[in-house]
Amino acid sequence: MSNAGIQPRSALKGGKRAKTPMKTLGRVIKYAFSNNKAATAFVFVFVLLASVANVTAASRVSYIIKELIANGANADLNGVVYPNIIFMGCTYLIGSLSSFSYNLIMMYIANGTLLKLREDMFTKMQYLPVKYFDSHTHGDIMSFYTNDVDTMRQLLSQTIPQIISSVITLVAIFVFMLLYSVTLLLVILLILTCSTFMIKFIGGMSAKEYVKHQRALGNLNGYVEEMTEGQKVIKVFCHEQKAREDFKVVNDELNRAGYKANTYAFIMGPVINNIGYLQYVLVAFVGIMIIAVGHSEMGLLSVYTSVWNAGDANRVAVMAGMLVSFLMYSRQFNMPVMQVSQQFSAIVMALAGAERIFEMTDTPSEDKGGNITLTHGECPEGGWAWKKPGADGSFEYIPLKGDIRFNDVTFGYTEDKVILKNISLYAKPGQKIAFVGATGAGKTTITNLINRFYDIQSGEITYDGINIRDIAKPDLRRSLGIVLQDTHLFTGTVMDNIRYGRLDATDEECINAAKLANADSFIRHLPEGYRTIIKGDGSNLSQGQNQLLAIARAMVSECPVLILDEATSSIDTRTEKLIEEGMDKLMEGRTVFVIAHRLSTVRNSKAIMVLDHGVIIERGNHEQLIAQRGNYYQLYTGAFELE
Amino acid sequence: MFKTLLKSVREYKLSSILCPIFMVGEAVMEIIIPFLMTFIVHELENLADPAIGSVNSGNIVLYSVLMIVCGVFAMVCGIYGGKLGAKASCGFAHNLREDMYNNLQTYSFANIDNYSTASLITRITTDVTNVQMAYQMCIRMLVRAPVLFISAIIMTVMIEPFMALVFGGAAITLGIVIGICMFKVVPYFRTMFKKYDGLNAVVQEDLTGIRVVKSYVREDREISKMKHAAGELYTYSVKAERILTVLLPMTTLVMFVVNICILTIGSNMYVGNISGNVSPSQIQTLIQYSAQILSGIMTVAMCLNYITLSKGSMDRICEVLNEKTTLPKPTAPVSVVADGSIDFSDVDFCYTQKSELMVLKDINLHIASGETVGIIGSTGSGKSSLVSLIPRLYDVAQGSVKVGGVDVRDYELDVLRDKVAMVLQKNVLFSGTITENLRWGDENATEEDIRLAAKQACADEFIENLPGGYEYDLGQGGVNVSGGQKQRLCIARALLKKPKIIIFDDSTSAVDTKTDSKIRAALKAYAPDMTKIIIAQRIASVQDADKIVVLDEGRIDAIGTHEELLKSNAIYSEIYMSQVKGGEENE
Repeated sequence: MSNAGIQPRSALKGGKRAKTPMKTLGRVIKYAFSNNKAATAFVFVFVLLASVANVTAASRVSYIIKELIANGANADLNGVVYPNIIFMGCTYLIGSLSSFSYNLIMMYIANGTLLKLREDMFTKMQYLPVKYFDSHTHGDIMSFYTNDVDTMRQLLSQTIPQIISSVITLVAIFVFMLLYSVTLLLVILLILTCSTFMIKFIGGMSAKEYVKHQRALGNLNGYVEEMTEGQKVIKVFCHEQKAREDFKVVNDELNRAGYKANTYAFIMGPVINNIGYLQYVLVAFVGIMIIAVGHSEMGLLSVYTSVWNAGDANRVAVMAGMLVSFLMYSRQFNMPVMQVSQQFSAIVMALAGAERIFEMTDTPSEDKGGNITLTHGECPEGGWAWKKPGADGSFEYIPLKGDIRFNDVTFGYTEDKVILKNISLYAKPGQKIAFVGATGAGKTTITNLINRFYDIQSGEITYDGINIRDIAKPDLRRSLGIVLQDTHLFTGTVMDNIRYGRLDATDEECINAAKLANADSFIRHLPEGYRTIIKGDGSNLSQGQNQLLAIARAMVSECPVLILDEATSSIDTRTEKLIEEGMDKLMEGRTVFVIAHRLSTVRNSKAIMVLDHGVIIERGNHEQLIAQRGNYYQLYTGAFELE
Repeated sequence: MFKTLLKSVREYKLSSILCPIFMVGEAVMEIIIPFLMTFIVHELENLADPAIGSVNSGNIVLYSVLMIVCGVFAMVCGIYGGKLGAKASCGFAHNLREDMYNNLQTYSFANIDNYSTASLITRITTDVTNVQMAYQMCIRMLVRAPVLFISAIIMTVMIEPFMALVFGGAAITLGIVIGICMFKVVPYFRTMFKKYDGLNAVVQEDLTGIRVVKSYVREDREISKMKHAAGELYTYSVKAERILTVLLPMTTLVMFVVNICILTIGSNMYVGNISGNVSPSQIQTLIQYSAQILSGIMTVAMCLNYITLSKGSMDRICEVLNEKTTLPKPTAPVSVVADGSIDFSDVDFCYTQKSELMVLKDINLHIASGETVGIIGSTGSGKSSLVSLIPRLYDVAQGSVKVGGVDVRDYELDVLRDKVAMVLQKNVLFSGTITENLRWGDENATEEDIRLAAKQACADEFIENLPGGYEYDLGQGGVNVSGGQKQRLCIARALLKKPKIIIFDDSTSAVDTKTDSKIRAALKAYAPDMTKIIIAQRIASVQDADKIVVLDEGRIDAIGTHEELLKSNAIYSEIYMSQVKGGEENE
């Protein structure tokens, strides 16, 4: 059985390590904390306070134990034990309050950063060129918002505070241990080197396996996505068994990868923990040996002068107490090491995610276009007009008419592959121009150029005599009404969706538009009429109904130029006939570009362009083209295939 | 619900049982080791005691060795527990996915219609991951933590019973605090997850509609919509997490109070102020236990919290697992399709059982084997529904559909569908090469078979012009070919099945008229015995058919040939006029 049907989508869907981890980490930190400098400072202070307080409190425990051991039943409760307990209680309280404070502040910083990050990503996305969306799958872009932002959440709300606190705690304990004994500290350092090595090894393996796991997960998601999309095809081809087998392959792979990745993550704890026990035994052993074997070598054990001031007999007791304290520290020392080790794979994954997010936000936005804007009621003649700023600060007004011209336009989505070759055409205000031709002939491409979704390589497109490059992009697009083949509606009421065309349209205007588009009757049959909520991309309506709504939406907008790209492809010819009147009204007085492979739709156009491989091979009106008995005629009579 | 899910544990049962056992082993060691430490420290006490002043080095070696042995044992237990935990949880998730996917394969069209594609994907991926996490926590932590707690209490009782009371009190306090927090936080989390879905929906919608957004220059509107959704998510995650922020410091605070109690009471006992028997070394051990006990409680709380939160995921998975196919199996299935004749008698049909509204009503239709039948009608007239009854994609509500003289409900489903090929309206190709895709029709098809089918579907020319020809990679969902090419590949794929009946559900809409007629001609020539049913928008696609069925609002309006219908049927001639009007005048 071949599993060639399963494409690795890994390269896009995670499964990659960050290329420049340190740089990315720096950027994440800057992004999260530079806007919250005061809060960040507080977090630092509180983390510091909490760690030091906890270590200090623990030192009091050691101190008390030491006192008890050194003095036995004669231990000084009132003089030593109680004051220490009270001191300990205070530091505990400070520690808890500090830890509460930094957790709270950090929670706000993390959530605030995620909010800002999401908003920034989305805002940025709105201004990315169409090309970006054409070259990335929706699934991949969505995973920036879900998986990648999630790993950032983990990094910000857990990993970073955890690491800061662990490091500070380590340093604090280190200092305390240093005060007790340099020799024993060396033992600890030796063990620490050992555990660092283990963390690096296991953590490294774990991170590596997690990356593989992530990739396997991506593969499985991709497979399920594709196959579930085609589940009905699987049914009609009785392909269930094969689908099961193929699924088993990806699923088994995920199981293997998950097992490995999780195993490494789970064994980290026991290993580090056990190294901790080893450390305890070693320290105890070395300590006791030094005390027991050579009283004179006790200098090795402590730099405390108090040890030397005490009498010989007492000295041993003090030393023993000290050793107990030290042992308690050594146990504490292990905790932060453990905590840092658990964060290893989180960091690797978060940085890879962050890098993908930054890659998106770093993509250059589409340019804003020229400085000619669209105005209403400003120009002396009233109505809509282009406003062209002169060099001296004066303005020139050009009335908006809807005259579109292509002069020798050449275009390709990539430099090396030309889609449109030397296209020249004009559409005078109020004319209807149609494009016909096979799929891939370049019909849709032409419309992508008028609204500057893509920019042409050579030649010129003018709008009312102005090069469209000189017009501000939003204004250019506002002057063009578009109905696309894949209609996209938005979650909201039917009314909202129609009003999308012009936000200040009244309810009456929207209903009128719906009537013209022949959508009124089916809308009234919806459970709540115009107030019916349309869910995600109009999935509760038929494709034809979606198109009718999209047409109504275009009718509401008052653009002088309309582009209808297969706008009626899912509407059957009878219904199309019914809305013809409305369509005629819609097109009245407007420049219209129509793309359709149904020839009945384009017949009454002023001019019809027959496109083939990016070249206009015939042009004229229906009668002329029929009379010409060329490609159009053959296409029309079904005798010729354009391809 | 748990029962349904746990069925998927299967071969990982042993690991699932052994994992907690190993984890318990580790937990017990974690309790014994501090106990051993007590002995080591006790030697130091002896050293400090002027009355003794020396250590028993034999004892120290003994305890050290014991401690290392226990440590290694704990490590081995921990490693194996971890390994088994990973194996069991990943395996469980694997089986869950497999069971869901396998059950999904038994779904009928009606079952599939119950779920959106997106929701099925979420169920198989994200929801399973959530359940896997919960399961992993259960087997690794949920057993271990109470054992840790209980053995620590036992050891404490052995050291000094009174101290066990302190622990008990602390545990109860902490339990109450955690309980309150969880009670408050869970509803917030639920809302938060909803808001999260809401935000994703906004982003998804914007992504798919980006061209519309840009065309109408509505970027700002989208941004404000998204900011609103993101803001709501922020509000609820802050609300939820704020409560959790209290939890950790509260726990440590309780631990600190316990420590203070132990030290105060312990030192008084040691000195002899109050009755009781603890040594400093034991005090030290008790302090270690306090940390372990409280972290045990925290772990249990975390697990419970996770299980609560993943309950939604569990429900969704169970739904998929429990869904039974709506097409009952026949008792004595027929395994041979005699010929390609089709009979509809008094068929009523609707998509949901409760629905009053019949999609098809009183359908009576006989199609002889080898006939070519066209079906025409406006959107929503029931064309697709009608043909979907032939390969039994759905069951009729009333009446019967017979293929080859046998009721479709009496056939072995695979046999029926192998003989009734259907080219769906919303058709899909899969990633892989063209050959691989065509082989869906017949796994054992030879190269000649494939080429022939491609030729019949008029796909051979463009395939040969593609780089790599038949080995050309179609990309996910067949994105690398145009709409018309895709349709022709789908037709070729169906032809490879060499069916007795082939149904084209508007499957040449993107193919130009010329190619369309070429395909029909090829079918006529190569497969004269095959029953062909063609649903089309274009009159041209059906006008040569032996008979044409005109559907209107779920009823058969008329049956006849092109000429007959043109004369007698209003709907048909109306459709005809809308398509051909003007064309002939110019000829």
